Amino acid sequence: MTPGTVRQRPVETVLGPVAWLRANLFNSWWSSAVSILLLYAILRWGVGIADWAIFDAVWAVPVGPNGPDSSLCRQAGAGACWAVIGDKYRLILFGRYAYQEQWRPAIVILLFIGLYGISAWRRFWRWELALIWLGTLTVCGVLMWGGVFGLQYVAQEEWGGLPITLMLATFGLALAFPLAVVVALGRRSTGMPVVRWLCVLYIELIRGVPLISLLFMASVMFPLFMPEGMNPDKLLRAQAAYVLFAGAYLAEVVRGGLQALSRGQYEAADALGLSYWKKMGLVILPQALRLVIPPLVNTFSSNFKDTSLVLIIGIFDLLTSGKVAMADPRWLGFGTEIYVVLAAVYFVFCFAMSKYSRGLEREFSHSHTR
Amino acid sequence: MSQTAPVPAIVLDKVNKWFGSLHVLHDVSLTVAERERVVVCGPSGSGKSTMIRCINRLESHQEGRIVVDGVELTDDLRALDIIRREVGMVFQSFNLFPHLTVLENCTLAPIWVRKTPRAEAEEQAMEYLRRVKIPEQARKYPGQLSGGQQQRVAIARALCMKPKIMLFDEPTSALDPEMIKEVLDTMIELAESGMTMVCVTHEMGFARQVADRVVFMDQGEIVESNTPRAMFENPQTDRLKLFLSQILRGH
Repeated sequence: MTPGTVRQRPVETVLGPVAWLRANLFNSWWSSAVSILLLYAILRWGVGIADWAIFDAVWAVPVGPNGPDSSLCRQAGAGACWAVIGDKYRLILFGRYAYQEQWRPAIVILLFIGLYGISAWRRFWRWELALIWLGTLTVCGVLMWGGVFGLQYVAQEEWGGLPITLMLATFGLALAFPLAVVVALGRRSTGMPVVRWLCVLYIELIRGVPLISLLFMASVMFPLFMPEGMNPDKLLRAQAAYVLFAGAYLAEVVRGGLQALSRGQYEAADALGLSYWKKMGLVILPQALRLVIPPLVNTFSSNFKDTSLVLIIGIFDLLTSGKVAMADPRWLGFGTEIYVVLAAVYFVFCFAMSKYSRGLEREFSHSHTR
Repeated sequence: MSQTAPVPAIVLDKVNKWFGSLHVLHDVSLTVAERERVVVCGPSGSGKSTMIRCINRLESHQEGRIVVDGVELTDDLRALDIIRREVGMVFQSFNLFPHLTVLENCTLAPIWVRKTPRAEAEEQAMEYLRRVKIPEQARKYPGQLSGGQQQRVAIARALCMKPKIMLFDEPTSALDPEMIKEVLDTMIELAESGMTMVCVTHEMGFARQVADRVVFMDQGEIVESNTPRAMFENPQTDRLKLFLSQILRGH
């Protein structure tokens, strides 16, 4: 249906909420029974949640000489103890980063979010964007490490919390994506069997191994094979393992897009005399990548959450610092509240990603109706 | 090139090709002179599309020689680049790039292959779109056009590379009947402008009107080759007689 044409509705349709309810929830005694049962369950459950999270919640506790006193949260009938978040949010967000200097990782978080915002804007999809990325990431590095411009030096072992998660995810996906495109093209190349064979080997090897074991290899086994004194730091090794892992999955998604295009597109580009890279860059990839936005974002968001697995090798990401906060003896037993907040942080980023991707899909489908 | 000793635009010399064990081109030899218009016809599966696709190496041949515009087609990629720049192709299924506008479809190759400045390429593209009579569609996407319009854009896109030779691979076979004429008219105009053309088609009216020569293929061989008049009025072989009776019954 072209936009602007108004489709005539069937005559019998009655509009309004009551009619909608009748048509959709109570159109037979069977569906009425199910509806009532479900409504009851939702209400019961919703009220329980609201009581716990809002009405019975403890938002703050008095601070005694030995720090905050959580006994208020432990009274009978007390709901969620959000006071733990108020007390621990800086540990959760920034890990063990020097307390006085935590404004620096805070700015880094904002810079990352700003970077996502700018990159999401199609108006900025030019090569200058690469410079913006380079500049922002340099500033992030300076802020995190310090040691220059009068900033106190903070060793990488002390970093933690959300900046680590964002770093792993951002570098990981930003590097894994181009890698994936190259590998996907390599896997489909007909002229270079060795390249194709290597790409298949890489994809199958990485996909056949859990991320955790890759991370273990990077953190424990890799140093054993390196010559003395040549030992890149643990975060970098984990980052490399993560890039390799994400790259293999993304490569298969991209390959799906390449295969979905008709042979005619390749032939038309060939017939016009476009070289291989121009054909891919100007004709094939723009179409293939648009086709695979949904699975691409799927893989992106699952990879984003997979960064939390670095907990296993002792890197202080958001989840790890949350776990550390839970271990504080004063707040023992309030892990749920911290988990809820951690989940909310992950959710915000993943939801923004999927929301944005749906917008992109819509925009692209506007520009050409097939 | 001098008028007295014209170099042939295309030479196929004993070309053989197999798909697996299937022998699809069997000692095909054909010479197309500059400014000559050749129509290739034949039943489906006769190898006519394969032959025309060998001329710009969308398919590679296994035996024999193909020389296009004085350059022999081999595995050498540089020669291939030169030939593809000089040979335009129009496909049965249009194969426009759906993510680009009509104008961008037409300027893509001139800008990236011929290194024409964008403004000049666009001006040129509009010129060709006017020639195929759809300049007003320049800002639309291919999906918004009818089949006939899309095929005319595809012709314009190929012409924008200023090719010396144009190949047409059943350009009207995917079109609704009422759109065939507009595409054929465009092709007739192109033929009258002196373009060297090799055209695989079943449109015998078109063949009569513009072809200098009609080539009839069957089972991977060239069976007959003659002027359209001689072909249609005086077929020499039973295979051509059978083919003509089959396609003319439908018309």
